[in-house]
Amino acid sequence: MAGAATRPHYRKMRDAFESLTVPEFSARSQAVDLAFMRQGITFNVYGDAQGTERIFPFDMLPRIIPAKEWDHIEAGLKQRITALNLFLHDIYHEQRIVKDGVIPPYYILSGKHFRREFAGFNVPKDIYIHICGTDLIRDADGNYLVLEDNGRCPSGVSYVLENRRAMKRTFPGMFESIGVRPVEHYPQELLKMLQYIAPAGVAEPTVVLLTPGAYNSAYFEHTYLARQMGIEIVEGRDLVVRDSRVFMRTTKGQRPVHVIYRRLDDDFLDPTVFRRDSQLGVPGLINAYRSGNVSLANSIGTGIADDKVMYYFVPRMIKYYLDQEPILPNVPTYLASEDADKKYIVENLDKLVVKAANESGGYGMLMGPRASQKERDDFKTAILADPRNYIAQPMISLSTHPTRQDDGTFEGRHIDLRPFALYGEKITIVPGGLTRVALRKGSLVVNSSQGGGSKDTWVLYGDE
Amino acid sequence: MLSRVANCLYWMSRCIERAENTARIVDTNLQLLLDIRNLDDSTLAEHWMPIVQSTGDDAEFLEKYPRATGQAVTDFLVFDTENPNSIVSSIAQARENARMVRDQITSDLWEELNRLYLWMRGPDARYMWQQSPTDFFTQIKNTSLLLLGLIYATFVHNEGWQFMQVGKFLERADKITRILDVRHKTFPEKGAPVTITQSDALEWSAILRSCSAWDAYKAAYGAEVRPEWAVELLLFNEEFPRSVRFCIEKLNDALHAISGVPARRYSNDAEKLCGRLLAELEYGSLDEVLAHGLHGYLDLLQFKFNEVGEALFNAYIFQPFLNLEDEILVQQEMQQQQ
Repeated sequence: MAGAATRPHYRKMRDAFESLTVPEFSARSQAVDLAFMRQGITFNVYGDAQGTERIFPFDMLPRIIPAKEWDHIEAGLKQRITALNLFLHDIYHEQRIVKDGVIPPYYILSGKHFRREFAGFNVPKDIYIHICGTDLIRDADGNYLVLEDNGRCPSGVSYVLENRRAMKRTFPGMFESIGVRPVEHYPQELLKMLQYIAPAGVAEPTVVLLTPGAYNSAYFEHTYLARQMGIEIVEGRDLVVRDSRVFMRTTKGQRPVHVIYRRLDDDFLDPTVFRRDSQLGVPGLINAYRSGNVSLANSIGTGIADDKVMYYFVPRMIKYYLDQEPILPNVPTYLASEDADKKYIVENLDKLVVKAANESGGYGMLMGPRASQKERDDFKTAILADPRNYIAQPMISLSTHPTRQDDGTFEGRHIDLRPFALYGEKITIVPGGLTRVALRKGSLVVNSSQGGGSKDTWVLYGDE
Repeated sequence: MLSRVANCLYWMSRCIERAENTARIVDTNLQLLLDIRNLDDSTLAEHWMPIVQSTGDDAEFLEKYPRATGQAVTDFLVFDTENPNSIVSSIAQARENARMVRDQITSDLWEELNRLYLWMRGPDARYMWQQSPTDFFTQIKNTSLLLLGLIYATFVHNEGWQFMQVGKFLERADKITRILDVRHKTFPEKGAPVTITQSDALEWSAILRSCSAWDAYKAAYGAEVRPEWAVELLLFNEEFPRSVRFCIEKLNDALHAISGVPARRYSNDAEKLCGRLLAELEYGSLDEVLAHGLHGYLDLLQFKFNEVGEALFNAYIFQPFLNLEDEILVQQEMQQQQ
């Protein structure tokens, strides 16, 4: 393992791990993989006819964040989620930010996930993004930058919890002596938040988790969270709407439902309003929501804040609504729909990362320096045809972290960090988050669907 | 509890029981053949075809395989993923149902079931099967019993647990009648067998063994194997856990636990049909079965099990769903009236 260059907050961990031989470490690592497979902590691979399930590869060397760094991240995330919520309230009501010329109206109205049907609608407790999974990276100078905001249905938190459990089982003695902050209270915090947003006048709200079903790639996470919170996990067909109220079908008849933690995108929620071909949703759900009889987390219409073009404007939102400088800066971004930027982008495709505005999971992306000429030409055509749908960013050299290789040695691999913020009565962020790691040498893509793995993330009580 | 969840628990439990019983019946037949000399193709088919018939999939089988050889039948019943009632399919369905209600079942149960599933799909199971079929079937049976034990010992005995009981005992009762039916040809159309050949005795002791009933039989009837006594034990014994009567009594208990209605009363058709069936078994006798003819009587029992199953589905699982298109229309009308 790295010797002289170890940063101070890694020292205790290094000392503890150094007592392990390579075979011991390998054996423990295999035991963890086997346990994950047995427990079914897996995700489904889309487009695989055999319905293959894979474990999300887990690297046992933890990523460690000292208290000082975490305080900075936490403050930055709170600032960001506050600004995003103010922004969402604003664009669905007064639209001051547009009228004051901070964001051109065109960008909002052309947003694929802008729900104009919900203009003027008051969401419960005025919170739009209840659960936010912001992706952060560290640049070459060690600064944390925001890569994207995931304000729809961010997933991955179950791995945070399961990775920690696996680490505690494997290295029981280490946590106390090193001083690692716990993460296990996430489900309770989540439930507290969901109960907080219940419709007015419901003393003991029934909360459910709405899943697309067992074939969704994140189904494990859905059942995991439901079980941890002690709530029902329902599919669309388990729910029925009568007189603008939502009920679930039980063996004892229909029982009322007050809060839905939905892990389903807006488009699929209600075939009478959005996609009619959706078999996953609940006919009438939106009407019940509009009538104030059921609350949804996250609210409808948050997708506009996930738009990568909107991302460009978040620092301006922070300035506009909070009159503050962003604590966590954005990655420099070029908008293809601005003429000067467009020119720069198409002329420098070999230096840039291009992203489609409304894709996620590492899809719809061009890594300019590594792409073939044909791929770059294809993107150029696509960008010129639909500039609104593309942004570009310089290739950021993600920080690397020692990661175990198949032969038992350790090498640096690129990592990012997705902390999970909960916005209820107050904003809570469980210390750490999901550290994803690009397991392929040199790769910058950390998504689970594209060869990424994960690490446990340790936030320390102190700085060493 | 959610109807869908109740349905999944019911089927999970049923499929585990199904896999175990299929393993029992194939294993017993394999062992039985070791005792029979001069096996030719037609004798073999005579032994194997009833096994296929007992699963009710003879038509599907004959489509795929020209003859009922041991290899064909065991392939079909053990590893054939296209046969929905094969052991591998039953385990996959049990696991799929468990996965849908992963939040409702204990980690112990899920991990063990998942382990069985991964093992069945991997190379180890086939290897063990080739090396020693008996070890293989013992592995299936033992895992199934472990799962039953986990359900009993690690689950809260709540409504969901009762649905698992229902699934288990309904499947077990059904399989007992099917196993008995495998050798119904020993019996004349009506009445008891007149003479019992050595191979009859062997076959019927195999039946008893496949229901783990050999010890119970010896304790009750001694070492002489008489087919009608075996039938009596497996249909009417009050205390033997793999008798039909025992299963129906437990089924009846579970149904009443679900509804909360006291015994000897009923609140839905499932309870009514089950209560009546239980009374028939409590007050029935071997003579009645023989007078009716064994095969016909078993058929009738299976029909009644199905009736209970359907009534159960109607009472708890199925609540009149509109189909999605109709439901969309209903919602749009309601919204326009507002």
